[in-house]
Amino acid sequence: MEQIGILEGREKQIFEKKSGQNQEIDLSCDTTSLSGSVSQRACVFCGSRVVLYPVADAIHLVHGPIGCAAYTWDIRGAVSSGPELHRLSFSTDLKELDVIYGGEKKLYHSLIELIEQYKPKAAFIYSTCIVGLIGDDIDAVCRKVAEETGIPVLPVHSEGFKGTKKDGYKAACSSLMKLIGTGSTETISKYSINILGEFNLAGEAWIIREYYEKMGIEVVSTLTGDGRIDAVRRAHGASLNVVQCSGSMTSLAKDMEEKYGIPFIRVSYFGIEDMSKSLYDVAKYFSDRPDIMEKAKEIVSEEVKKLYPELQKFRKALTGKKAAIYVGGAFKTFSLIKALRSIGMSVVLAGSQTGNTEDYARLQEMCDEGTVIVDDSNPVELSKFILEKEADLLIGGVKERPIAFKLGVAFCDHNHERKIPLAGFIGMYNFALEVYQSVMSPVWQFAPRKGGNA
Amino acid sequence: MLLRHTTKEVKEREGLTINPAKTCQPIGAMYAALGIHGCLPHSHGSQGCCSYHRSTLTRHYKEPVMAATSSFTEGASVFGGQANLLTAIETIFSVYNPDIIAVHSTCLSETIGDDLQQITKKAKDDGKIPEGKHIIYASTPSFVGSHVTGYANMVAGIADQFAVSTGEKKNQINIIAGWMEPSDMREIKRLSTELGVKIVLFPDTSDVLDAPQTGKHEFYPKGGTTVEELKSIGDSTHSLALGCISAEPAAIALEKRCKVPFETLDMPIGISATDRFIMALSQAAGVTVPDEITADRGRLVDIIADMEQYFFGKKVALFGDPDQLIPLTEFLLDLNMKPVHIVSGTPGQRFEKRMKEILVRAPYANFKNGLGADMFLLHQWIKNEPVDLLIGNTYGKYIARDEDIPFIRYGFPIIDRIGHSYFPSVGYTGGMRLVEKILGALMDRQDRDALEEKFELVM
Repeated sequence: MEQIGILEGREKQIFEKKSGQNQEIDLSCDTTSLSGSVSQRACVFCGSRVVLYPVADAIHLVHGPIGCAAYTWDIRGAVSSGPELHRLSFSTDLKELDVIYGGEKKLYHSLIELIEQYKPKAAFIYSTCIVGLIGDDIDAVCRKVAEETGIPVLPVHSEGFKGTKKDGYKAACSSLMKLIGTGSTETISKYSINILGEFNLAGEAWIIREYYEKMGIEVVSTLTGDGRIDAVRRAHGASLNVVQCSGSMTSLAKDMEEKYGIPFIRVSYFGIEDMSKSLYDVAKYFSDRPDIMEKAKEIVSEEVKKLYPELQKFRKALTGKKAAIYVGGAFKTFSLIKALRSIGMSVVLAGSQTGNTEDYARLQEMCDEGTVIVDDSNPVELSKFILEKEADLLIGGVKERPIAFKLGVAFCDHNHERKIPLAGFIGMYNFALEVYQSVMSPVWQFAPRKGGNA
Repeated sequence: MLLRHTTKEVKEREGLTINPAKTCQPIGAMYAALGIHGCLPHSHGSQGCCSYHRSTLTRHYKEPVMAATSSFTEGASVFGGQANLLTAIETIFSVYNPDIIAVHSTCLSETIGDDLQQITKKAKDDGKIPEGKHIIYASTPSFVGSHVTGYANMVAGIADQFAVSTGEKKNQINIIAGWMEPSDMREIKRLSTELGVKIVLFPDTSDVLDAPQTGKHEFYPKGGTTVEELKSIGDSTHSLALGCISAEPAAIALEKRCKVPFETLDMPIGISATDRFIMALSQAAGVTVPDEITADRGRLVDIIADMEQYFFGKKVALFGDPDQLIPLTEFLLDLNMKPVHIVSGTPGQRFEKRMKEILVRAPYANFKNGLGADMFLLHQWIKNEPVDLLIGNTYGKYIARDEDIPFIRYGFPIIDRIGHSYFPSVGYTGGMRLVEKILGALMDRQDRDALEEKFELVM
């Protein structure tokens, strides 16, 4: 299939940084994928599910046919330190008759049964594609059940076809907004933050939380990693919102700023540079307490002192190796580029599923010449550029992994199937180790590589 | 204790499903279509469906899974998805260049009333299907049946839309594969070769979802039933449908269309079902069973006889899909084990009827399928009557851990172990693998729990 070129109509979502040219990058992102493409993207429901999933003491009921609940059953390693209701799969399993006569009754009974059985702190009800079509009034059902049971029952308007994954993030955020502001903020310190957009994959939120707590800052809530309803309810008591993963939670940060006057900063916890900056930026915000900045500096220097010599070992082996990045959010791509550089690797392909115009402009700035930048890519393109640019490593998610291995290229999962924390200083070590382990694996000596030619 | 909330007392539920023992139709249609050579499955619905199905199949096979989507938007769901599908067809042929597009519907496109037959016909009439290329379809609404139904519908679509009857019979037999692994399909082909019978097996995902590492990403791997073979199935002398739920509808479609007589068999899992399969195939082809196959059978019987005491009376809970559960239950009974709880999310009277026939030998067994038959119920049953072994897909691991039960992964999806795509469970050799796994699980447990003085070296 060598003759497969770039998908027609895709030219505007691909960009190659060339030397000596003053190029304007104008990727048409924020669009839905072309009909007929083998897109790696998901839907609105997926976006909502990703954001709310880690709230561990709520039930998550998927209102629709069985598939949407089945495919999202415990597939994200968002770890909880206590309750684990989020790891179960609840569905109204709509049938033909429900599609004809409506599913409200089934939804009502399912909710009542669930709440009785599991005694959750709250319930999230996700609407799926056909709920949007058959016109179930899930808001009314939720109100009724909330009144009868006394717990918050929150509709999430996540009909799959009503936009992109990003719209799903927004729908999830507006459900969270309904909870925020309903708890007491009495005892909350002035030196306090919420951690937004950190989902505690492999326990990452715990690592980040510990750094901030060591700095003397109170973490009111993590949204939504290791999430608890009571913590969400009092999130409006924090002084600052610290937002990771630009796509998923910026809308919540903006809403909280508007409604509660809480400012926000954007951070990333991947790589030494960005991790350190995310501690310093928070410390700067609380500038009337210089001890916080002192503590931040102490943490960074202590961690870097431990980490640096370790990284040099990896750097020695990995210098000159080339990486391709294709992940969900663009913000993560920025950090990954820096993190890879710190272990001697360059980036030859950078792309995301959900980046926006600003993101891609910044990517262009950061990237070396010759780097290909893609929005909403597909397997043909990815394989083509990986081979052309002679990448040694692909960083991606579940659907990309086997493609990399078929090509004889190393792989690192930087999506929700990561098994070890990649955030924080320890995360940088883990990341370097994982990259090293895959790039230098002895399996490649047996494997035809890179199109079967090397 | 992830499932700490599961109560022992079983109460009727009004529609609520907790931890499903099934998923929706389209993924089955996608899997079936991957068993045609040069075919790109196409999901006519929102982007998420296609993404979820590809991810799930990728986790199960650890292989790239290619499929396209109509990428429904709000506009499409108001005005109908015809425009999206027609655009998709053009895009796919011009860019991905498959030999065949196999379109399946979703709950969304079904609810808005898109008619795949009409749209694909329009695509043909409008000249959107290049010369020598094909488009087939199957209606697979997610709110009917389960993933198994979707598989059955696509396989029936394949039979119905490819088969041609030339009037001249070919000396070949169709074997319609129920939902089984690539390894199983490979084994069915091997057995047929040993018998000296020319068969057309469809669908056939071997060499598609168990492809070797080559340094290339083959968008269309070398495996899969070819268009030529699929056209020829209308001229075959017989069809054998392996599975009354996932394969029989295709056999019926083929009989209607091309008058190919068929016989429905259980999937050849375990001795009895494999005996019936070998018998049926050899009779249909008029060949005698070669010594090598008889020897395989003998080896399986020999192992069972050797280890007979370890099977006896062991209670088993199993869950999964109809065409595996039926022969597997029978095999457990043949091993002198006790299948006490059986659950499948897949509805259907045909399934219930066949299961009841098998369960005549096990009047004590709890069996439920369809509505309310989920993993929560299975767990409750196990709490009420504990078992020695649990057999089912990866999602069984929660129950196995909470109740401390030896667990064998079997079925779909298996997303935490490998092996299923490489080592068959059909045929006599497949039976040997199953027996090895069962014994391994039971005897490891016996060793783990044995008192020191009873800790045996020779077993």
